[in-house]
Amino acid sequence: MERTFRDGLRAVAPLAIAVAGFGISFGVLARAAGMGSVAPIVMSITTFGGSAQFAAAAILGDGGGVAAAAAAAVMLNARYVPIGVTVAPWLPGGVISRFLRAQLVVDESWALAAAGDGRYNPRVLLAAGLGLYPTWVLGTAAGVLLGDALPDPTTFGLDAAFPALFLGLLLPQIRGRPLAIRVAALGAAIALVLTPLLPVGLPIVAAAAATLLGLRAERA
Amino acid sequence: MSAPWAVVLIVGVATMAIKAVGPVLLGGRPLPARVAGVVAMAGPALLAALVAINTLGDGRSLVLDARIIGVALSAVAVAARAPLLVAVIVAATATAAARAVGL
Repeated sequence: MERTFRDGLRAVAPLAIAVAGFGISFGVLARAAGMGSVAPIVMSITTFGGSAQFAAAAILGDGGGVAAAAAAAVMLNARYVPIGVTVAPWLPGGVISRFLRAQLVVDESWALAAAGDGRYNPRVLLAAGLGLYPTWVLGTAAGVLLGDALPDPTTFGLDAAFPALFLGLLLPQIRGRPLAIRVAALGAAIALVLTPLLPVGLPIVAAAAATLLGLRAERA
Repeated sequence: MSAPWAVVLIVGVATMAIKAVGPVLLGGRPLPARVAGVVAMAGPALLAALVAINTLGDGRSLVLDARIIGVALSAVAVAARAPLLVAVIVAATATAAARAVGL
């Protein structure tokens, strides 16, 4: 039987709790990275993409420039091009409706809406997106307030929270995928080798060259 | 405009466009396989670079400090499939503890 909007809301509830916690981490870390109080919340409202937002905050916090922070974040969100392509045939309505529904698509709602045979359920996609969006934004706001109350972030080891978070996002993407493991190893190596040579933030952007190994994906 | 606001503006506009490309412009046509293969690797490449730089980087130099203890323990937590928030708290707590004892 086709799943309904209500089924989507029910399925997303446990994920919403996790996303709220993720939003709180973003608020705390973005605040500690010197992004101020309002900018992190506006970023969660307009970008709605966790890993890209964390990357931007981490690079700015390290003293990286606008171009490096924005480029790394945009490249991390580039996966929403193919994700958007996969859901496009199933989105109803005119251009404005399709545009708005596309903004609510995130990794989690996309995964929940997948019917498993290349089809996507638009009601579950919408329900999951609508369930996750406010928790992400409100979580960020709560994190910013919490971050305001904390003293020097290194006392609490918050600087180690960033790499731990990126590691937690990375491992599920490479587990059991030899090509992705090689790309990750090459990306890390490029970034470390270039760190003494380039301005802060650019080595991470340069690590994107490792994605060219993906040209061979069709033969893998 | 301050640096954080410039990043918020650029990334926000770019992400809205990226998310809309498939549903609004392509209308369901698939990406060429080579393009899709490269885009799919952006996550592994950039996330691994971010792990490496945020663990070992200090401006433009590389250092070994208390962060590596926290990140190593969080890796154990992630490998054991602990939730992301738990892994992050493990990393922060272990690093703070290592600093407190002078590492």
